[in-house]
Amino acid sequence: MRRLALALVTAALLAPVAAAAPNPADLEAELVCPTCKTTLDQSDAPVARRMKQIIRTRIAEGATEQQIKDELVAQFGSGVLAEPPKSGFDLLAWLVPLGLLGAGGVGVAALVWGWSRRRGEHDAGAAVDPELERRLDAELDRFDE
Amino acid sequence: MTGTVQRVGQAIALAGVAALLGLLIWKVAFGGEEGAADRLARGGPVVAPAFTLDRLDRDGALSISALRGKAVVVNFWASWCLPCRDEAPVLQQTYERYRDEGLIVLGIDVQDFKADARRFMKRFGITYPVVYDGKGSTVGKWGVRAFPETFFVDRSGKLVGERISGAVDIERNRDAYERGVALALGDAP
Repeated sequence: MRRLALALVTAALLAPVAAAAPNPADLEAELVCPTCKTTLDQSDAPVARRMKQIIRTRIAEGATEQQIKDELVAQFGSGVLAEPPKSGFDLLAWLVPLGLLGAGGVGVAALVWGWSRRRGEHDAGAAVDPELERRLDAELDRFDE
Repeated sequence: MTGTVQRVGQAIALAGVAALLGLLIWKVAFGGEEGAADRLARGGPVVAPAFTLDRLDRDGALSISALRGKAVVVNFWASWCLPCRDEAPVLQQTYERYRDEGLIVLGIDVQDFKADARRFMKRFGITYPVVYDGKGSTVGKWGVRAFPETFFVDRSGKLVGERISGAVDIERNRDAYERGVALALGDAP
């Protein structure tokens, strides 16, 4: 009974570690072959094959996803990451498109607002003259008689 | 007020479009870096593109400018490159044969794992200097298209002869290789 409890406790302690082991396929989709510039899962270049081999070896040795990425960046530079890092100068790669998108959105919203305001003013200006309306009503009343 | 907001919105939208257009024009005009190999092929005098890289054969860094006054055979290689294995003994022989005449073979290990590169050097008995360029920062400047590639630099630091694509000293390029070595040494007309 004590052995069973010990085994269960050990399994419970090891379970999170096993769950944290990186998936090689995920890493291969997030890393780029330095010679052909496609993700590793799309590349059969010699260096890509070697990188896949290294990834599997490091996973077997217990390295985390971040450790493996850091090691590959140390060898090949940050260009090996499919997504640029969200820090330092590379942060611009995220901020500039978002900034342009935001600026474009503001511009379009301002245009739409301006057009709708102008149209409202135009509609207000096109209201029927009260004198004309009065005469029209009088004419219609005469027809009714 | 409405007109101001509208004008600001239009200005922002126009600035965004202009920025994107500018990026596109810049990329088309200047994005395609012309390497030294292309200028060499056109026949003009080409100074060997500068670099300073960490050495793999020992501690410290090495600049190509530090080799001014020597003839240099610059060889771009990687341990995962199969033809690089064929040419490694030839490059080592060249280094041993012409070292006393002031010729250096300089290996540039590109986009490779350092440990793999060192194993390669040990396996093929490479004793000439080798620098490490994991990021491939020299590739564009030199105009390297594939591995291996070999260039010849004379004692004044200019590229001479022709760029050799593929392993050296096979039937296809033995003459070009020997002529490149001779031009670098200043022994050829």
